[in-house]
Amino acid sequence: MSEPIIQIRNVTKRFGNMVAVDNVSLDIVAGEFFVMLGPSGCGKTTLLRMIAGFELPTEGQILIDGQDMAGVPPNKRPVNMVFQSYAVFPHMSVLDNVGYGMKIAGVPKREIRERAEESLALVKLDGLGARMPDQLSGGQRQRVALARSLVMRPKVLLLDEPLSALDAKLRAQMQFELADLQDKVGITFITVTHDQDEALSMASRIGVINKGQIAQLATPSDLYEYPANRFVADFIGSVNIFEGKLSVDEPERAVVDCPEIGKIYLNHGVTGPHEASVWAAVRPEKMMLCKPGEAVGRDAPEGHNVANGIIKGMSYLGDCTLYEVMLDSGRMIRVSRANLSRFDQEDFTWDDKVSLCWHPSSPVVLLA
Amino acid sequence: MSLFTRKPLAPLEYTKRLWLRSWIAAVTLFLYAPLLVLFVFSFNDSKANVVWRGFTFKYYAKLFKNDGLMSALGNSLTIAFLATVVSLVLGALAAVMLWRFRFPAKAGVEGVMALPIVVPEICMGVAMLVFFAAIEWPTDLPWPLNLSAITIAHITFCFPFVTMVVRARLANFNREEEEAAKDLGANEWQAFRDVLLPHMKPGLIAGALLAFTLSLDDFVITFFTSGPNTTTFPVKVYSMVRFSVTPEVNAVSTLLILLTIILTTVALKLQNIAGDAGAHK
Amino acid sequence: MQDWKTQRSAFAAIATAPTLWLLLFFIIPLAIVWAYSFGSNDGLTSIKISGTFANYARALEPLYLQIFGKSVAVAALTTLICLIVGFPVALAISFATPKWKPWLLLLIMLPFWTNLLIRTYALLSLLGTRGVVNQGAEWFWGAFGLAGMFGPFEPLPLLYNNFAVIFGLVYVHLPFMVLPLYAALDRLDKSLIEASLDLGAGHWTTITRIVAPLAAPGIISGLIITFVPALGSYLTPDLMGGTDSQMIANVVERQFKRANDWPFGAALSFLLMYATFILIALQALRNRKAEAGR
Repeated sequence: MSEPIIQIRNVTKRFGNMVAVDNVSLDIVAGEFFVMLGPSGCGKTTLLRMIAGFELPTEGQILIDGQDMAGVPPNKRPVNMVFQSYAVFPHMSVLDNVGYGMKIAGVPKREIRERAEESLALVKLDGLGARMPDQLSGGQRQRVALARSLVMRPKVLLLDEPLSALDAKLRAQMQFELADLQDKVGITFITVTHDQDEALSMASRIGVINKGQIAQLATPSDLYEYPANRFVADFIGSVNIFEGKLSVDEPERAVVDCPEIGKIYLNHGVTGPHEASVWAAVRPEKMMLCKPGEAVGRDAPEGHNVANGIIKGMSYLGDCTLYEVMLDSGRMIRVSRANLSRFDQEDFTWDDKVSLCWHPSSPVVLLA
Repeated sequence: MSLFTRKPLAPLEYTKRLWLRSWIAAVTLFLYAPLLVLFVFSFNDSKANVVWRGFTFKYYAKLFKNDGLMSALGNSLTIAFLATVVSLVLGALAAVMLWRFRFPAKAGVEGVMALPIVVPEICMGVAMLVFFAAIEWPTDLPWPLNLSAITIAHITFCFPFVTMVVRARLANFNREEEEAAKDLGANEWQAFRDVLLPHMKPGLIAGALLAFTLSLDDFVITFFTSGPNTTTFPVKVYSMVRFSVTPEVNAVSTLLILLTIILTTVALKLQNIAGDAGAHK
Repeated sequence: MQDWKTQRSAFAAIATAPTLWLLLFFIIPLAIVWAYSFGSNDGLTSIKISGTFANYARALEPLYLQIFGKSVAVAALTTLICLIVGFPVALAISFATPKWKPWLLLLIMLPFWTNLLIRTYALLSLLGTRGVVNQGAEWFWGAFGLAGMFGPFEPLPLLYNNFAVIFGLVYVHLPFMVLPLYAALDRLDKSLIEASLDLGAGHWTTITRIVAPLAAPGIISGLIITFVPALGSYLTPDLMGGTDSQMIANVVERQFKRANDWPFGAALSFLLMYATFILIALQALRNRKAEAGR
């Protein structure tokens, strides 16, 4: 069992009257790739900067490797940060940039050169040591920033929106490379991002942050399949959420009565107060689109997990097609259908009447 | 044929229009004609400076033998040098203070810092005269200390210009670079020395050149703070112009113009180099 | 930006020198002058600060009020001429191709960096009774036989009068006006001009109804940074003006250097300062209102 390398205990940060981080407690385990995910302004960057030491908590404690960081300035903390703008020093060569931290620490010249070149090779920039930053591309500058931080052998590496400035192709490539790098180097990575694809693909664990508080702390698959509340369900991927009343709640089954779509049947219990108002969430890819009358809710009693509607919108995305379906109740939902064969996208079109069904394991009941 | 087939002008290409070009030509002529006349007549072999009598260098030679003028020049250069050095330090400090910190009455301090730029020169000159008289600043110190009053006055009106220039340069500094330095282990002073100062360099150079030029050129403020033994170049030229127009004045003027052109070219060259180095910003 | 309290020692190290210097060598001298303006001469060498308004009262006598008025008028006329002459220049530079822009700017600004004394002296050579302009006019007179019609050539009185002062002030301050005008025009969104032309307006209409109003803040900046120095100008009226072309600065200088009436000079000097401050304050207020309205 790994020890928590970073312990955030009841940390609050206020800027005047505005609360950026609201009583957050969190343990980050050594060796994991932890991602803080959330919309702009949710407090995730503030939290990261507090770990690095550039902001001080208004209340609460931050411990790194068991040591309280109160009163410890950023240049004395055993963590290093890769900044959003990369912050590569423009007046120093690549090699000098990477060697800067070692020079300050008084490391002998020969060792600085060796370790710096090693670090550059790690990020695939070997041979570029003599270049000046303005001769490099954005992606290359990011690698310099990475090498510069990693060469210091920190206990934790912090990354502030590492992929936001890269184009789509480079972003996809860097996602793999960062995860690979972390695996190779073995230290803890903490990343901050607003991009859920990034988070899902790189993280070993994700903390979703909303308005300064943790909305959910889970692995990527748990986050996607078992969101804890509506915010997380909606933030990660698309989702259709129906409000309803929990009418049946037994260990092996549950039923939610939703005015907009009818009865939703689940094959597991929910443990919510009986007759309570809840929300049932179903992902677009978990709903099956069928011709009128052909939808059959599997493993569900007659009439459950079936609905009728009309197609009001369509987006062909190549690998799948997104449909906007207006249910009989007037509610619009999203359904995603994989184009399994070449002609699948021709099966349905605008104003077609359709019927929908889904498996009882698909819906997630949210109490918040 | 090309007279009749002109390339039609795009609507916004104002500069290519004839009337605008003529206007600029006229304005340029207006601005430069007097200077050119000065230049030409500095080689005129005539005491009266009126009719062209022949080409000569003799007034340039006379210039260098004119002790009063040469010592005034020496004073000006000394003052300019000292004033520039101190203005650079004060101006850079003030720029960093205003750029980096929030403090009570900051708007007021900013306003006061900008005042020497805005206040009419005569008011400043008068204030300096009155001040040095009121505190009975010693007037019989040996050289170069006797230039201290003038130097202090120059520093006072020069350093706000340096502040302005350096502050403009600081405005586009990426603060994350400073944080990165600290993150890598640098303390406050090391981060300033290794990251902020190199960024400020072009601004410091521009500020130094500006301060040097302002000090060298100043007349009004110096006029009020200088004495018979502490004349500066512009003040000496003024008395030559006012009281005894000698042809050397033309020669001196031409040299000063040349000096300005050289300094400006150097400044621009430095700006370009510095600009390219920081271009990717 | 960080609060000063987070790094008191660094703040003190940085802020002390410049603020102390300004206080000692700028604020205090001005304060002494201000105090003197309420004083009177006490014997030959000292000044008694008696809190009297006599100096200000004297400054507002018709004699001096007239000089003030004339200075304002001269400065205003200078500024107007600079605006009319300078606007097309600024327009031309801002619409020049990027290759030419810096060179054109340099061309216009270079005289500005030349010593003021030299520039004014150059004008003297040009405008004197035996100066280049008059020599040229004399030649012109002779060459076209105008002596037969109008009598012998009389040199044009181009110096030591109001014409000379205004000419000199325009000559010195023109670059002051061009730079902010250029900055304002350069920042203008060119597509607005294209839109105006597309909607049918002619060039003149576009300039007066679209360009000028949008560049107004820059224009007003230019007006102020031309007017204020022109108002407080000393050298130009001194070297090029006649006995009735005195401006405020010349009167102030006389009080300090020749009349030895420092309190009166102080009062005059401060009246000039007040005028300057009012203009700057108005400009700052306008800026703040513009910022707030945005």
